[in-house]
Amino acid sequence: MSLPDNPFPGGAESHDDEDSPRARAEAQWRAAFEAAPLRDGTFETMSGIPLAAVHGDPPYPGQFPYTRGIYPSMYRSRLWTMRLFAGMGTAADTNQRFKRLLEAGGTGLSTAFDMPTLMGRDSDHPWAVGEVGRAGVAVDTIADMEDLFAGIDLGGVSTSMTINGPANILMAMYIVTGERGGTERARLSGTIQNDILKEYQAQKEYIFPPRPSVRLVTDLIGFTTAEMPRWHPVSISGYHIREAGSTAAQELAFTLANGFAYVEAAMAAGLDVDDFAGRLSFFFNSHIDFFEEIGKYRAARRIWARWMRERYGARQERSLQLRFHTQTAGVSLTAQQPEVNIARVATQALAAVLGGTQSLHTDSYDEALALPTERAARIALRTQQVIAHETGATNVADPLGGSAYVEWMTDEMERRATEVFDHLDKLGEGSILEGVYEGIANGYFVGEIADSAYRFEREVNAGQRIIVGVNAHTTGDDGETPTLYIADDVEDQQLARLAEAKQRRDGGAVVAALERLAADAADPTVNLMEPIIDCVRVEATEGEIVNALEGVFGTYTEPAVV
Amino acid sequence: MSGPDGDAAGAETERRQPVRVVLAKLGLDGHDRGLKVVARMLRDAGLEVIYLGLRQTTESILLAVEQEDADVIGLSIHNGGHLTLAPRMVEAVRATGTDVPVVVGGIVPDVDLERLAEAGVFAVLGPGASAAEVARTVRAAAARRA
Amino acid sequence: MTAGPAAGPTPERAAPHPDGEPPTAPGDVTALFERARGGDRRALGRLLTYTERGGPLADAVAVAAWPLAGAAHVVGMTGAPGVGKSTLTDRLAQVAADDGWRVAILAVDPSSPLTGGAILGDRVRMGSAATPGGPFVRSMASRGQSGGLALAALSAVRLLDAAGHDLIIVETVGIGQVEVDIARTADTTIVAVSPGWGDAVQANKAGLLEMADIFVVNKADRAGATDARRDLEYMLDLGHRAGWRPPVALTVATTGEGADELFKHVQDHRQHLRTSSAEAERRARHVAEEVRRHLHRWVDQLVEQPTRQTEALFAEVAQGDLAPSAAAQRLAGEVGQVPERDAPGADDEPEV
Repeated sequence: MSLPDNPFPGGAESHDDEDSPRARAEAQWRAAFEAAPLRDGTFETMSGIPLAAVHGDPPYPGQFPYTRGIYPSMYRSRLWTMRLFAGMGTAADTNQRFKRLLEAGGTGLSTAFDMPTLMGRDSDHPWAVGEVGRAGVAVDTIADMEDLFAGIDLGGVSTSMTINGPANILMAMYIVTGERGGTERARLSGTIQNDILKEYQAQKEYIFPPRPSVRLVTDLIGFTTAEMPRWHPVSISGYHIREAGSTAAQELAFTLANGFAYVEAAMAAGLDVDDFAGRLSFFFNSHIDFFEEIGKYRAARRIWARWMRERYGARQERSLQLRFHTQTAGVSLTAQQPEVNIARVATQALAAVLGGTQSLHTDSYDEALALPTERAARIALRTQQVIAHETGATNVADPLGGSAYVEWMTDEMERRATEVFDHLDKLGEGSILEGVYEGIANGYFVGEIADSAYRFEREVNAGQRIIVGVNAHTTGDDGETPTLYIADDVEDQQLARLAEAKQRRDGGAVVAALERLAADAADPTVNLMEPIIDCVRVEATEGEIVNALEGVFGTYTEPAVV
Repeated sequence: MSGPDGDAAGAETERRQPVRVVLAKLGLDGHDRGLKVVARMLRDAGLEVIYLGLRQTTESILLAVEQEDADVIGLSIHNGGHLTLAPRMVEAVRATGTDVPVVVGGIVPDVDLERLAEAGVFAVLGPGASAAEVARTVRAAAARRA
Repeated sequence: MTAGPAAGPTPERAAPHPDGEPPTAPGDVTALFERARGGDRRALGRLLTYTERGGPLADAVAVAAWPLAGAAHVVGMTGAPGVGKSTLTDRLAQVAADDGWRVAILAVDPSSPLTGGAILGDRVRMGSAATPGGPFVRSMASRGQSGGLALAALSAVRLLDAAGHDLIIVETVGIGQVEVDIARTADTTIVAVSPGWGDAVQANKAGLLEMADIFVVNKADRAGATDARRDLEYMLDLGHRAGWRPPVALTVATTGEGADELFKHVQDHRQHLRTSSAEAERRARHVAEEVRRHLHRWVDQLVEQPTRQTEALFAEVAQGDLAPSAAAQRLAGEVGQVPERDAPGADDEPEV
């Protein structure tokens, strides 16, 4: 049933006493809702039927434990952010793309780096051959970062950087870029992924062993807490865990466990939970099993709120509210009959919206084949716009709340995640952080994920699970999908730039800065952000800074769990 | 005990010797879901998988092939580097004077298949290849080597 | 694992193997063996394949290797899954190599009992295996029952020894019968455990006391490492073999900490064996064990791959015309009369 005495059309009459918990929840919701700004729009059906902003039972959206959403008005106030990921070739190429995006009215830039940059290696490293600028932009020195953002007012945009192992170094480069362009660090706004734990579990873009890596994460949390109030220092990511083959429940459980681990690590480093928890954000996958996904998002908010309040003693509302970005499941895209992927992506995007996401990236239908063409990327964006403006899914917050099936699914997701938390808690003898370390060391995470991935493949193989165009309905694949090609000369250009950068700098200053960094790294009580910024200022390369840290921290090899 | 009819020899022939295949990812990309699934498919089809995992070089793969006397090299490539990496592996194998076949798994656009075949890649297994197809292809590669 | 001796090549034998390569002549073994001794990794790799497959080629390899083997020190490394054996083996190999030893590693993993396939993943943790100057590393799947594996592993060790390696580390998973079999022919057996792995009673039950010459508590940077060491020391206080008390080393394989100490223990044990009055007795025991295993192979084969005559014999037993003991007695006579197998198609050059 809908809310009583609703100031908005479609509300029903109240049957409860004014002092009942329900009445209090309603009153509280209404006050919060009225305080929230509304975006322009008619909140009625296509046929003109007026709609209440929320239906069903309390707790309502915006109320603890936020199962139904973190805001009382949800998409009536503000649609989710339609974020698209960009980055390829040299920094100058991506800069051009950024400028086109900004000219088209965008305010958020999202940066993809190439594999050598993600792995903390310079473009002239032997590992980098063939990969420079291929899957993202190559950044070796501060000069590349300056090119990337040349002519862009960093105080006026929000930048998202997808980088983990060397996150502190790229953050330092961004800070120095801002400084040189006249934007002080406190005015910089954006998000850096900086979620190293899931790298050991799923994506495998790690550099150092887990413990020193988590120290780098907490250093960045501490640094931004003190100096960069508009920056989100970690985006805790389940996306890659799911892509590696986990189930929805494992994605939920492992991701939140990683979140708890960072909270424990930051608190152990002396930070107050309410000082940083409000700026942690999450990143989930949206796969094809529609209701399971929705249950997953709802359960995630509820678990996070309860744990933050009860286990970690957070008091501020913002610390309890799980905000998340969603990306549709790249792994669900098929190379066979690729246009059919548009239907998959639309379904997945709708699940994310019904699950209350704050931000969404829709995959392009040709991504199972290559990096997306502009046309395919545009269709992906249009898919979000159809959901936002045509479907009416945005009129009512948590429209599926109260459905017996969806509520059951939410409970079931939570129950399964709780089993994992119990296991990790036991492994870590009362510490989720220690439990996660142990689970990484003993192959628990990679083993669980590999088991799930293999189970799925066997089901597909046996025909127990139908994938349209792959093991059923396979006729009609004309195999003619235009794909994007990247010029082969990017690598040579980047190598020349790097050589030039190394030539013009003061070599003695670089050596001195790197030596200071290594000395500081050996002392676990030092926050390494300033020493890294010092290295960046004298134009040390990303690879040189990584090498200096590697000398102290060592490297990591994964457990051989296949 | 055994006469010229060669009972014992016949019995041995029936017990097939497992094909030994080295599985690795070349390059920096860390997506190993496909490699792990294929490793299990091949194990379950009765093959012996020497799993090298992530971030191998042509040199480290060759070293493993020599020491392990592998029949086939299986490469997983997912970041669009197949046109660079796969031919380089084939060349490296041939430079040692051997002909251990290279099978590539991953996303390869149709237009590139011919170029890979010309470069000497034995076969390409795309996403959606069934377990039976994967095992059949690797066995066929091993038989060619013999 | 074992090949049936046969009078000559059959059509099946001459045809290419459906799932591998055609076997080559024992005569090729000599040439490959010379190349392997000269440092040719590919030749050694191929000979190991022959050894692993069993049969006349394996016998030819064994015959060629035996006179040249005996100088290497053989270390068995075992422990439960997840204690870090591969990393530890890698570290031990590095320390030994730095000390001038030529090192080989044999990493044994179980085959799937259902399909016969295997995933051999030990190289992932052996960084030095990926470097040209590193140790020779061979992964071996158990392929069947423990007796056969122990024989194949032993033959592989003799071959690696004959090919000039001074230190051979055989890594096995767990503490089952296979590991005990392999340990029984190693010179030094290292048992690795991790902190929190259990108390002395558990260790005793698992039979580690008899098996281990050296204990390692790996992951010693974790809580509970010193407790694990204390438990082991306590267990050793209760009783150990005369003349050698197994030391308990603490290592952190991921950083290499303690690997030097572990290698020193290996050298000490080697020295102990050399100066021990029981050394001759131990050597004799090893030789007897090795011969016994080959003998077992022949016996197993008579029963598991019966010829028509053998089958007829079994039928007589089944019909009650012959006692099992009498049949065994007749078959025992056959064991000694195995005809030497002719060389199959010698034109099959190994592609090495």
